[in-house]
Amino acid sequence: MADGDGLMSRIIGEVVAAASTSFVAQCYKLNEGPPLGSFVRTGSPAVFGVVYQVTTEPLDSSRPVLARGEGLETEEELFRNNPQLSRLFTTRFEALIAGFWEGEACKQFLPPLPPAVHSFAYACSPEEVARFTESLEFISLLLNSGLPVADELAGACLRGAASAQADGPAFLSRAGRALAGQLAGDVPRLSAILRRVAP
Amino acid sequence: MTEDSFAASGAQNGATGPNHHQDNQLINNQDQGFLGLVVEGSLTQGVEVRLDPGTSVENIKAGTFVTIQGSQYRFFGVATDISLGNSDARLKHLPLDLGDPFISQALLGTVAYGTVSVFPNLVMPLVLGDDEVAPAAAKTIPPQFSRAYSASEADVAIVFGQEDERHFWIGNPLDMEAKLCLNLDELVKRSIGVFGKSGTGKTFLTRLLLVGILQGGQASSLIFDMHSEYGHGGRDSDRSIMVKGLKQLFPSQVSTFTLDEESSRRRGSTPDEIVRIGYSEIEPEDVELLRETLNLSDVAASAAFNLEQKFGAGKWMEAFLDLEDRAAVFDLAAEIQVQPNALGSLYNRLTRLKRFGFLVKDSGRAAAARIIEHLERGKQVVLEFGRYGDDLTAYILVSNLLSRRIHDAYVRQKEEAEGGTGKEPRPLVLVIEEAHKFLSPSVAPQTIFGTIAREMRKYNVTLMVIDQRPSVISSEVMSQVGTRLTCALDDERDIDAVLAGTSGSRQLRGVLARLEPKQQALIFGHALPMPVVVHTREYGSAESYAQLTRGPMRESADAVESSETPEERLEREVAELF
Repeated sequence: MADGDGLMSRIIGEVVAAASTSFVAQCYKLNEGPPLGSFVRTGSPAVFGVVYQVTTEPLDSSRPVLARGEGLETEEELFRNNPQLSRLFTTRFEALIAGFWEGEACKQFLPPLPPAVHSFAYACSPEEVARFTESLEFISLLLNSGLPVADELAGACLRGAASAQADGPAFLSRAGRALAGQLAGDVPRLSAILRRVAP
Repeated sequence: MTEDSFAASGAQNGATGPNHHQDNQLINNQDQGFLGLVVEGSLTQGVEVRLDPGTSVENIKAGTFVTIQGSQYRFFGVATDISLGNSDARLKHLPLDLGDPFISQALLGTVAYGTVSVFPNLVMPLVLGDDEVAPAAAKTIPPQFSRAYSASEADVAIVFGQEDERHFWIGNPLDMEAKLCLNLDELVKRSIGVFGKSGTGKTFLTRLLLVGILQGGQASSLIFDMHSEYGHGGRDSDRSIMVKGLKQLFPSQVSTFTLDEESSRRRGSTPDEIVRIGYSEIEPEDVELLRETLNLSDVAASAAFNLEQKFGAGKWMEAFLDLEDRAAVFDLAAEIQVQPNALGSLYNRLTRLKRFGFLVKDSGRAAAARIIEHLERGKQVVLEFGRYGDDLTAYILVSNLLSRRIHDAYVRQKEEAEGGTGKEPRPLVLVIEEAHKFLSPSVAPQTIFGTIAREMRKYNVTLMVIDQRPSVISSEVMSQVGTRLTCALDDERDIDAVLAGTSGSRQLRGVLARLEPKQQALIFGHALPMPVVVHTREYGSAESYAQLTRGPMRESADAVESSETPEERLEREVAELF
């Protein structure tokens, strides 16, 4: 199970809150959250999400963070002098649910139930991304998420997905058409996203 | 466990990958010529097809044939208009970075797309090759999201028939190899109109039609050959070559008559008969018809009737022209109670006719009778006007005079046939040029051509009207023209006149306006199941002569077969199996 390319090597955290449309996972390593717009998966059967927010914050939100590096030469020195710091902070990420796996079929709409809390969250491999993005129906979930960064997210997601494809340019041109299909009535928004996606 | 299920499905995917690919291939094959989907429309206006992003508007031309796959029928139509649409009205106002090919590629076909207006004329069998079901006029339209394709050669062959004894190959659809064939039976049943401005190929088109009528054997034709270009060759001014005439191609089936023997001999033609017209053959009606070209007043023209009364039918002209001077004319005027000046001007104008070499005091045998003899023998008769062709007076006088005689003979013969005492006259097509001179609203009621056009095929005589000003032809006559062949026209009124009374004329107007000035014609009416733009068949090369004289051949069927692509053959064989 845990071979070089296996799932265990791609584990990044654990679901700590889940809703029908999105979930929050806490990363096991500080500052090592998945990139914005990347695909993650969790639960069984697998639910696929697109990362839209990565935050690093104190575990105890009532304790304000203080600056500690005054007079020091390097940032490493700062952490050496304050070894407790890495224990007081945590990195979390939030992902929009983009689809799920049902039997043999990949569905690009919301699953009936959100992933369970404490499900492991994994970064998707390029193969999984390529497989999932054979269909681009999920773009409408991103565009209609109501997030202020929805357009940014769609751009980042498609750019990232292109790098997982055997034929990146062909994928991007397909994605461009899918975007145009979704936003046929709103050309300014469409062209703003297209500019972000353009190779 | 998640891993396993995903890996398993991944493996499945790997296994189905090639199949998936094959499916795509199959779809692509089936979708050869796929244009797009029907998105809106009506029976009267035609349907709108939104082009698939993969199809460029530039690949569709007005006049292209389109098939639309409905749920119960397959529709066959023609592209009448092409337009650009968009899904967002703001598109044209927005500054877009179209320098980036990625962006323009994404927008083209999705946000900014092409649409084609298709007028579905016919419904066809759903299965190609199902000969039980003939194409019929469409009385409904395909539903939304029906798939539209550019018509295949096989579709066109189903609609426009194969070349045979009753179907004459007139040309090809634009950008296609398939042959467009006219139904000759239908063609000669009613009058035919060949229109187009000067130099657009009316004469070539007419030559082809005449060859078709000759080969089909449905009718004889009598051609009033104004510029001597149908019988013994004519000039192709574009290519600066001489092209062969009917007599050269079909020497045994065509007789040439001439009014101007010298001109015919100079051109190397050996006419079968020389036409002479006696004064006695000219009737007051002929003078009436020449009013315009002779610039006669109403009174002057009708004085001819008084003269006829005075001197007797068949003698009046000679007697009148024998008068020695104006004084004698005035005396006569007083005697028959006609205004002297009017009779004077009639005298002057008729005296001018004396310069026509073919007008003689006594012609011996009537020219009309000899022409009828040839026609009855199943010949096509070309009457060459030689140098008189440039004189409209001569052309109108002779063609009207002869046609009236021939028509009379036909009426008599037809009535005898109906009474059971004779045989049906052989159908006859009279070919006249500059037809608006005979058929304008002011003249048509008086000329024999007006009569022939109106009573149509009742007496087995129909007209082939060749003209560049159809708007001047009486609308009553135009409405009787069964098959119209129109080369390029400029004048709005002419276009209106040609399309008058045709269903879908709004759509045809767009097509007609875009005809190329050479070798293209819009054909519609009884001889074809639907209006069509045709690239007319070659006429003038040695090969074309060989094809024309060989007539419809079985080899034409072979040629169709060998020109099929493997897919088409497969399709045809499958169709034949079921």
